[in-house]
Amino acid sequence: MKLRRSMLFLPGANAAMLSTAFVYKPDSIMFDLEDAVSLREKDSARLLVFHALQLPVYREIETVVRINPLNTPFGHADLEAAVRAGVDVVRLPKTDCAEDVEVLEREVERIERACGREVGSTKLMAAIESASGVINALAIAKSSPRLIGIALAGFDYVMDMQTERGDGTELFYARCAVLHAARAARIDAFDVVWSDLNDEAGFLKEVDLIKRLGFNGKSLINPRQIELLHNAYAPTEEEVEYAGRVVAAAAEGERKGLGVVSLNGKMIDGPVIDHARRVLQRAEASGTRK
Amino acid sequence: MKIVKEALAGTLESSDLLVKVSPGPGTGLEVVISSEVMQQFGAQIDRVVRDTLARLGVTAGLVVVEDKGALDCAIRARVQTAVMRGAEAKTINWSALS
Repeated sequence: MKLRRSMLFLPGANAAMLSTAFVYKPDSIMFDLEDAVSLREKDSARLLVFHALQLPVYREIETVVRINPLNTPFGHADLEAAVRAGVDVVRLPKTDCAEDVEVLEREVERIERACGREVGSTKLMAAIESASGVINALAIAKSSPRLIGIALAGFDYVMDMQTERGDGTELFYARCAVLHAARAARIDAFDVVWSDLNDEAGFLKEVDLIKRLGFNGKSLINPRQIELLHNAYAPTEEEVEYAGRVVAAAAEGERKGLGVVSLNGKMIDGPVIDHARRVLQRAEASGTRK
Repeated sequence: MKIVKEALAGTLESSDLLVKVSPGPGTGLEVVISSEVMQQFGAQIDRVVRDTLARLGVTAGLVVVEDKGALDCAIRARVQTAVMRGAEAKTINWSALS
């Protein structure tokens, strides 16, 4: 189980941020070649990301590159740079249907073969940014075994829906649809960015909501948000203590060859044990909630 | 790769560098480097710049580098970008860039 609570966006043209971002320790770092890069700097950002990805420090953290859509003049070159540099995950923006992912997958495989990378080693994620994408979320989520997750991108989505970002009402259906698609496909689900850095209370309220809905995590635009997010996702001491007892009881049951295990009179089955392991994993990553 | 016009890449922000390439006054290759960390890393910067130019097959032109403490990866990227812009290159030979 890879922990993916925080996915930090980095503008691909910013040399300083690309050289230092690993110190903030998000779960994943996303080098952005799309919206954060102006048209005249696309070539420069692409090469900067290509070389930054090969820094030894980025072998210790999951790397993601958000490429430009493949139907733009930049998408294919972005993909060449990302795959050849050994990125872990390619993020496809503006994914409207399963075929978008299938086209991407074919291109990734072609590049992997051309540069000698193991076929299948480059993972994919799709960002859903339109009403069509939300409607097709399940087909998108099941479109490739390379997909590790799908993300909802809020800004473009609300524009497509002819509304604007507010208290979350405007994203309610999309969040639920994307999340259900991800869970049905057994992949991760990522929530939208929170762009008002000065509204910490608003950020934490949104994090609380998406955590309760079941999202794995959230895309972030500033390192300041990482610790807040990780703390919100950290379990309480009581949750850790109970999870520890669940895992121990499960291990004991397995040792004794029991099919069903109980703890304090309650049956512990697979989903409960999986949940307990996730609780312990979050606690190991960032301690208990402060 | 032949530099046919003047071109720039990069910025003067901290941890970055600005690279300016031009066809140059003579027939050879001239590299001029200024850096905030010239004393400690000047030789290393010069080596990375020249190695990057050699991999791109640049044998003539003037290359002016103003470094603000960039890592080697940024130096390579900015030099490559400036050269490709100056050579009006439309395609990338990826194997020459690593």
